[in-house]
Amino acid sequence: MARTVWDSSVGKKTVMAVSGLIMLLYLVVHMIGNLKIFFGAGEFNHYAHWLRTIGEPFMHYEWTLWLIRVVLVVAVVAHAVSAYQLSRRDIRARPSKYVHKKPRATYATRTMRWGGIILGLFIVWHILDLTTGTVHSGGFQPGHPYQNVVDTFSTWYGDVIYIVAMLALGLHVRHGFWSAAQTLGAGSRSRDRALKAVANVLALLLTAGFIAVPVGVMTGVVS
Amino acid sequence: MKLTLRVWRQRDADAEGAMSTYEVDGISSDMSFLEMLDVLNEQLILAGEDPVAFDHDCREGICGACSLVINGDAHGPERTTTCQLHMRSFKDGDTIDIEPWRAAAFPVIRDLVVDRSAFDRIIQAGGYITAPTGSAPEAHATPVPKPDADFAFEHAECIGCGACVAACPNGAAMLFTSAKVNHLGVLPQGAPERETRVLDMVAQMDEEGFGGCTLAGECATACPKGIPLVSITSMNKEWLRATRKVAKR
Repeated sequence: MARTVWDSSVGKKTVMAVSGLIMLLYLVVHMIGNLKIFFGAGEFNHYAHWLRTIGEPFMHYEWTLWLIRVVLVVAVVAHAVSAYQLSRRDIRARPSKYVHKKPRATYATRTMRWGGIILGLFIVWHILDLTTGTVHSGGFQPGHPYQNVVDTFSTWYGDVIYIVAMLALGLHVRHGFWSAAQTLGAGSRSRDRALKAVANVLALLLTAGFIAVPVGVMTGVVS
Repeated sequence: MKLTLRVWRQRDADAEGAMSTYEVDGISSDMSFLEMLDVLNEQLILAGEDPVAFDHDCREGICGACSLVINGDAHGPERTTTCQLHMRSFKDGDTIDIEPWRAAAFPVIRDLVVDRSAFDRIIQAGGYITAPTGSAPEAHATPVPKPDADFAFEHAECIGCGACVAACPNGAAMLFTSAKVNHLGVLPQGAPERETRVLDMVAQMDEEGFGGCTLAGECATACPKGIPLVSITSMNKEWLRATRKVAKR
């Protein structure tokens, strides 16, 4: 069965849909967690520490966090590998372009591939910046995420990279959520408007919720 | 009407093609698009040139032989087949670009004619039912619920012209394949092959080098028979169901 799924273009789309929905669920949780920054350093840092102690005493310190990280890495890799292979197939299937060009699909649909690449690069930078601190500006302090976030968003490039990536995320989710529903066979004529509405609301809430943090730092609400 | 036509000319499958420009005059707005091309070809033959090769057959919009991407639209600006497109959709003095279907699985044979036998092989892979031949069965022997009959009929309207593939940015045959899968899969007569049909037809579709679906929706916009985009969703559902069922066998 796994072989049938992976070898088929329809099956690979299923892999993309499922991995995409896993990441989307994570993003909603991540966005809600981020908003705690507006309630001060104490609450935000306490929340960040709690992430490491989820499931205790059954789970050891950081076990749950690592479990989530493993699931996410598997989802990202499955999503990216399927996207790469499917894109190669798509490009090969249409080798010659029309002389008379007429793009009709929505902007969100046409930017899925480049948007995905931007998001992939963003994730690498984001982890190096705020998880490992490798490329962090102004001295990364493990265990003090509030200060680290303020540092990042006090630089112009930190704000630009983040905001551009979150706009790309909104577009990606807008087409991606609805597409995942179609790929998994959950769409129908009567449900189409509802699914599109949910996709738009999710895209808008995620983008606004994430961008609120750099805007908060830039306006001095968070400092 | 006087028109400027920019037409894709290509001697054979291996030759390099290019757009050639022609002028046609005296076109009536009541002519079909193909009749307008007939006028061009008469003009070319009289001038001692090769006529433009294009596919056509019934010229009634039911056979699926005609093709042509007209000004970037498969079958032109109206939702119908090229043979049922009339020159009243254009204005005097217009420049019209005419190109063949573009997809790796539909190689150009000559000018505007492409080889669509990949579709035949997708049908051969599962677009049939196993029925006893001989005398016609009693029509009421197998009841079909009205909604199912409507669903099947909507998909049976597909004429296999390939406009969906031509319009798709990925050269995908998902709409065509889904029309056939949904048409037969919902009927009691198609039930014995319900699982193998979708699995084999999708596998053949991949084998032929068609692209995958990114739900751009251009296929359903181009389809002269109005097969809806949601047909692809129904096929995905069928494919997932069949994959689970066959794995259990």
